[in-house]
Amino acid sequence: MSQTLVQKILAKSVDKPYVEIGEILEPKVDLAMSHENAALVINQFLEIFKGTTYEPLVWDPDKIAIIFDHRVPAESSKTATNQKKVREFVNKQGISKFHDIRGDLGGICHQILPEYGYIQPGKVIVGTDSHTTSHGALGAFAFGIGATEMAAVWALGRILNVEVPASIKVIVNGDFPPYVFPKDLILYLIGQISAEGANYKVLEFCGETISKMKTSGRLTICNMSVEAGATAGIVAPDNETVRFLRDEAGYTGEIEFIESDANADYERIIEIDVSKLEPQIACPHTVDNVKPIGEVEGIPVQQIVIGSCTNGRLDDLKVAAEILQDRKVSPNTRMLIFPASAKIYNQALDLGYISVFTKAGALVMNPGCGPCLGIHQGALGDGERALSTTNRNFKGRMGNPNSEVYLCSPAVAAASAITGVITHPKKGAN
Amino acid sequence: MAKVLWKFGDDISTDIIYPGRYMATVLPTETPQFAFADIPELNRLLNQDASVEGDIIVAGKNFGCGSSREQAVSTLKGHNLIIIAKDFARIFLQNAINLGLKIIICPEIEAEKDDELIIESDKIVNVTNNSTFNIKPLPKAHQAIIDAGGLIPYVRLKLSERFSHSK
Repeated sequence: MSQTLVQKILAKSVDKPYVEIGEILEPKVDLAMSHENAALVINQFLEIFKGTTYEPLVWDPDKIAIIFDHRVPAESSKTATNQKKVREFVNKQGISKFHDIRGDLGGICHQILPEYGYIQPGKVIVGTDSHTTSHGALGAFAFGIGATEMAAVWALGRILNVEVPASIKVIVNGDFPPYVFPKDLILYLIGQISAEGANYKVLEFCGETISKMKTSGRLTICNMSVEAGATAGIVAPDNETVRFLRDEAGYTGEIEFIESDANADYERIIEIDVSKLEPQIACPHTVDNVKPIGEVEGIPVQQIVIGSCTNGRLDDLKVAAEILQDRKVSPNTRMLIFPASAKIYNQALDLGYISVFTKAGALVMNPGCGPCLGIHQGALGDGERALSTTNRNFKGRMGNPNSEVYLCSPAVAAASAITGVITHPKKGAN
Repeated sequence: MAKVLWKFGDDISTDIIYPGRYMATVLPTETPQFAFADIPELNRLLNQDASVEGDIIVAGKNFGCGSSREQAVSTLKGHNLIIIAKDFARIFLQNAINLGLKIIICPEIEAEKDDELIIESDKIVNVTNNSTFNIKPLPKAHQAIIDAGGLIPYVRLKLSERFSHSK
């Protein structure tokens, strides 16, 4: 029987040769990731064991990853106390994949997991963060869950009652024009199929454009698959996956090649040619309110953000540095740059990107989620507009319901920083 | 009979239900005060002295889209609200079932603020506008958790399997 990539991964996770779409399974979990919300997971985990005779020990401390990123360094005593509680739990349980607030090992969870080789093809990954879909970039089945669900995973090592999802095949062909990037592709797709167009489905990306795309770009498109409602995004592992795991992540173990059968059953097939794609902008207040840049050029923006689990990688900083080299951030805006991890920050230092940014007048901030979710670092004022490479523009997202967030690629963000208005990078670079 | 406390359109995100700046507050006992904090009128209705228990929030498509934050469910559960939506985002729906928040998928629902509704097993009767709408069953994958009264009691039932197999 033919199966999709995700059917095959789930079949393996329950030691079966074949599973049906719609079948209900309890897959074994290969990696369970949390960030600061581990504080709530711990609370729910201890609740499960209350009134039982069992000792509250996690099923496998080597299969749990905890990464502080949402509020680093702590913005309040409450957060600091929660982080302290998590640290104590990590030590007590012997959780090995722990990334604290550090300038060498820290960063955003969705960057740290691939960067340290924690993700491999064919694995089942769950995370208490909706952007866990990112890790499909390496051929894993990775999806977001809530804190109580994670507590159940910590207790049992399985994820309960998962319905095998149907897949939507997204075939992408053509070469990206200059100044057009994977971010533009995923924004375009979300605009086409809507914020719930892939609800309960997997977006499986393939085609020559995906084959040529680096893992950093695949992480961007899988990351934002959830903004179309998808359970997961996924790319079948290939030579690029091996290159990334060996050369960038330093992973030395086995790598499993796994792909959908030729006649696998897809819910829908979508074909996209990127060769004529323009830079795309998601306008307030939904991610599917996507317009080609020509329709929004010239709109003034008071804050520009480059960073996040979507677009804070070295390739993103490189694009921005090339545009900002010997240029100045407009006095009418302010620019905040958040490298996605400490490793990227240090690489950007060595490559000179950081000094390009600071000389241009941008603020280079510490690795972490930054202002993406409106907790600290870079809240917006009433009536202000942000242009950001992050993934969500919901009302209030950047800390103020009386402000607006526009989403774009790093190239558009950098070009617009020079002018203070939304600007096509081909103009900003001149 | 229950009253519609508030009516929303489509795509109500978890940032609307529970703004990110309150995410350092995690305990289900503490989250209810911040429900819909950026909609002051609704937040006031929820936190006033008069009980809203059993009142209904009606919404369009994709309610609870965005973040996986479980606070978006515990904050509503704390007020014992019932959420009726045309459909729900996946993670929100799963969290709601796990925590025992009452949610109903009703693809055709039409109701306005202050309408009176009767919720039956398979349909909703809007007494105010004299119409009836079918309920779509929750995904069958979740029935076992619903039957157990939420995820925590369900997992307790399963703990013996783990400890008999291993360690």
